[in-house]
Amino acid sequence: MRVIRLLGHGVLFTWLTIVFYQGFTDQLGGDPVQSLLDFTGIGALNLLVISLTVSPLAMYLKFAQLIPFRRPIGLYSALYALSHFYVFIAFELQFELRLIVSEIIKRPYITVGFVTLLILTALSVTSLNVIKKRMGAKWFTLHSLAYVAVVLAGLHYLWLVKSAWYEPAIYLLFSVYLLLLRRTKIKKMFK
Amino acid sequence: MLFKFHNSNSLTENQVTDEAVYKQRRDVLKKLGYLGAGSLLAASTKASAGPFDWFSEEEKAKFATSALNFSKTKTDESSTMLTPMDKATGYNNFYEFGTGKDDPINNAQSFNVEPWSLSIEGLVEKPITLSYDDLFSSFDLEERIYRLRCVEAWSMVIPWIGFSLANIIKKAQPLSSAKYVSFQTLYDPKQMPGQRSRFTGGGVDYPYVEGLRLDEAMQPLTMLSVGMYGKTLPPQNGAPIRLVVPWKYGFKSIKSIVKIVLTDKQPPTTWQILAPDEYGFYANVNPQVDHPRWSQARERRITDGGLLAQNRIDTLPFNGYEEVAPLYKSMDLRKFY
Repeated sequence: MRVIRLLGHGVLFTWLTIVFYQGFTDQLGGDPVQSLLDFTGIGALNLLVISLTVSPLAMYLKFAQLIPFRRPIGLYSALYALSHFYVFIAFELQFELRLIVSEIIKRPYITVGFVTLLILTALSVTSLNVIKKRMGAKWFTLHSLAYVAVVLAGLHYLWLVKSAWYEPAIYLLFSVYLLLLRRTKIKKMFK
Repeated sequence: MLFKFHNSNSLTENQVTDEAVYKQRRDVLKKLGYLGAGSLLAASTKASAGPFDWFSEEEKAKFATSALNFSKTKTDESSTMLTPMDKATGYNNFYEFGTGKDDPINNAQSFNVEPWSLSIEGLVEKPITLSYDDLFSSFDLEERIYRLRCVEAWSMVIPWIGFSLANIIKKAQPLSSAKYVSFQTLYDPKQMPGQRSRFTGGGVDYPYVEGLRLDEAMQPLTMLSVGMYGKTLPPQNGAPIRLVVPWKYGFKSIKSIVKIVLTDKQPPTTWQILAPDEYGFYANVNPQVDHPRWSQARERRITDGGLLAQNRIDTLPFNGYEEVAPLYKSMDLRKFY
């Protein structure tokens, strides 16, 4: 298991670093800013979806040792999402604060993306064991915002494509399926 | 004994380049098939590299482009601002070959341009059909450096080679009833994977069609291009012949044209059909009219260099080609976007 964790860290962190390096050294083709946004965006979305498949998979395979992987996968999703946002504000909008704020407000796809980022940040910050203990039951309520995040992320993707809506639709359908697997738990939260 | 040691580097007088050849060196290079620093860097299929390139297979055989004879015209863009050729030929929207920016260069290398047939028909006195060779020999070719502004808010500066569309329209002699010009791309699902599968093709109904008002088509800036960077067009850029309308968003500059039809009614255009609230018939570059989902006030100019070199510049009305403004004098360009 430890080997797998190390491998996971290695691949996910190194890959991100390599692509940024390629961006700085002009190896990402015509529009490195767009390529980086795409890479970090899809990466964050993939990792978020994967983190939500861990529990159902562990239950199905009766393999509880999968569960500890949820947190690092979720944290990497947050790291990729933060990188995605950083590329956006640093290279796309070049730190123009007024423009950043107006784009987040004016463009629905960016609004939902930003909310997703806020959720992932909140979940990352509260992922520490000490904070989890102190929050008690509220921690679980907060962390079910991951279900909201995965849907918002799917919408962010769906609302930015020009015409090829097929891939975002697949992500959204699969996310809804992952939520359906937890429907009893979600219903209880609204009681 | 005295030997004369010949250093392999020492040159003799009869090796000096003849002055006449020296003066024509650029022409000589052109004839040999090279021109300028840009074209000496062959378009590489690895132009748009990414993390998976380390695992990709050997480069497949590349489409062969050939040198062209042309004259240079004065444009306001200096050649120092050119987008590097590998970026202009490796970062394309050509959904017939896939929706990824590197799909066209990767999937189009075996595209057949010979034989080709471009017909000019409809409301004309003299319909014309051009074969592949006719495309290059019918009119004098000029190199024009134009800015290309995509609706996605990136832009390039490209040295196109071709001739004004007006030349060929005049030759066909449009009837007085002709008010619009429509264009159509090749429909060949066997060669174009995006036309075989809706998923690959981005949900577009093919063949790709576009159109211009007749006065826009007759504007001297509007050109039919048969080459770029000194050579014929690579397939990912719309070989063998494409339209370039520099004051409009790039999707109006239809590629791989087979039909030009003069009509009396405003023709359907592919992106307007796909999303009429986002893409209009006129599609003039206009920083004051946002796309419903993103701003059009700025653009990212694609140049040399990586992340730190990317310039975000203000978008200019009509992409800076103010000479076309009179065409739209009485039109509300917010309504006719």
